[in-house]
Amino acid sequence: MSASNAQVDLARVAAAKGGNWRPLPLISNRNLRWGLNLAVLIYIVLVYYSVDINWARVAQGMDRAINFVSSFFTPDFVTRGGEIAVGLRESLTMTFVATVIGIALAIPVGLGAARNIAPRPVYFFCRTIIALSRTFQEIIIAILFVAMFGFGPLAGVFTLAFATIGFMAKLLAEDIEDAQNEPLEAIRATGAGWLQWINYAVQPQVMPRLIGLSLYRLDINFRESAVIGIVGAGGIGATLNTSINRYDYDTSAAVLLTIIGIVLMSEYLSGYVRKWTA
Amino acid sequence: MPTTTENNQPIWMRRTPARQYAIWFMWFLGVMLFLLCFKVVSDNTIWEFLTDAHVQAASLIGRMVPPDWSITGSLMLPLWDTINIATVGTALGVFIAFPLAFLAARNTTPHPALRAFALSVIVSSRSINALIWAILLVTMIGPGLLAGMIAIALRSIGFVGKLLYEAIEEIQPTPVEAITSTGAGRMQVLAFSVLPQIMPAFAGITVYRWDINIRESTTLGLVGAGGIGLQMNAAINNLAWAQVATVFVLIFGTVIVSEWVSAKVRHAVI
Repeated sequence: MSASNAQVDLARVAAAKGGNWRPLPLISNRNLRWGLNLAVLIYIVLVYYSVDINWARVAQGMDRAINFVSSFFTPDFVTRGGEIAVGLRESLTMTFVATVIGIALAIPVGLGAARNIAPRPVYFFCRTIIALSRTFQEIIIAILFVAMFGFGPLAGVFTLAFATIGFMAKLLAEDIEDAQNEPLEAIRATGAGWLQWINYAVQPQVMPRLIGLSLYRLDINFRESAVIGIVGAGGIGATLNTSINRYDYDTSAAVLLTIIGIVLMSEYLSGYVRKWTA
Repeated sequence: MPTTTENNQPIWMRRTPARQYAIWFMWFLGVMLFLLCFKVVSDNTIWEFLTDAHVQAASLIGRMVPPDWSITGSLMLPLWDTINIATVGTALGVFIAFPLAFLAARNTTPHPALRAFALSVIVSSRSINALIWAILLVTMIGPGLLAGMIAIALRSIGFVGKLLYEAIEEIQPTPVEAITSTGAGRMQVLAFSVLPQIMPAFAGITVYRWDINIRESTTLGLVGAGGIGLQMNAAINNLAWAQVATVFVLIFGTVIVSEWVSAKVRHAVI
């Protein structure tokens, strides 16, 4: 600890003895602390001058905001019930197919991206795939895939599967890197082949986490499927977007409540499945 | 240990036959479900479009390479806007999520009814993507940065709130007891026993969410909520794929930098 910090500490102790105790600051370096405060202040000023807000327009929109919030108390599942049902079925099937394909592809990539079991060139190749897949939002990928494969749920399936690869492979690779080394050595010492080695030494160690993550990704993919429909990749997002553009907030509220309900259900279910497989 | 006998020799097996059949049956059900879902997707797909997909892909990439660097200068201001959307949005979201997390944590909530309310706010916020919030807000308060900031904030509440209330529930109870036994009031107990324990987690969660928000705010412009996404949308609508490629490269660079910053800060505080 530097001299100035020790002095500060002495001052704190003296103040505390005088009955004036103060908690330790979160950032111990004084200059860094004040520098950060100053930087935040300058940033706030800069942002204040670079963002110009049209308050008149905001005030105008308050009617609609109130309409939207109140529509959550009168959601309309019936009038556009058919469209909601079709969108929902498409979203759910798209999500499931994409998650399965994505995980099936993510497992080899994840194995290749684990430093402790993959050779160097394979490692770098797989890490590049992961970085590419993780940087771009699903919606950007969806725009490209819609341009390539045309409108419809297939573009959505490819988008979600591509995003799943980056997510699952990264977490799987980290889990494999954290795996205990002893079982890996033990199985290798029996003369097992590469596949047997993966199957009996690596897989049992990562399986519980892999199942948990798969369920979590299924949940994420469902939520994302509501978004990529906006750019024409199928699913409930298209229904939602149409209803918002028509200012038909009662239907929008119905769609949003359906999404929230399904996410809640899947969260509850995944807790149950995780308990059951662990 | 389950074994099978072959030439009067016991051979090791990983599972008992009953368990193995049960697992096979689960796989069978899973494959059936997959095929069923795939059929629904396939019925709604025009497969003819796929026959020339590789031609489309090649021509798309051909038009994107090389990126049109001449517009880089004009993209700097939108990029600054994007970073502002993410940063101010994170700040707003954290500002609301912080008290919400204390209401939602089992050990600090003042009343079970308040806990249920806080949890339902967190779940609703987490279920709905920032882009959907942005569409709604653009129709309400008009296109622009403000809609983007509020959209990011609304989405961040659930994420930060959930991770933070889990951190609060995992604190050591002994400091809480110690401070309570000095006769401290409710707020004092929170400030001097709970807060110091969750501060590192709080800083880490905030920076992590900021990193995610940088990614999300790059696309908000697609629906009119400001930032670099506006330029991307304009370029896509003009089919100016070389300009789109420039935007992609800038987004890629920004995301890598923000990820690096976030990793550094999290490493420092945890």
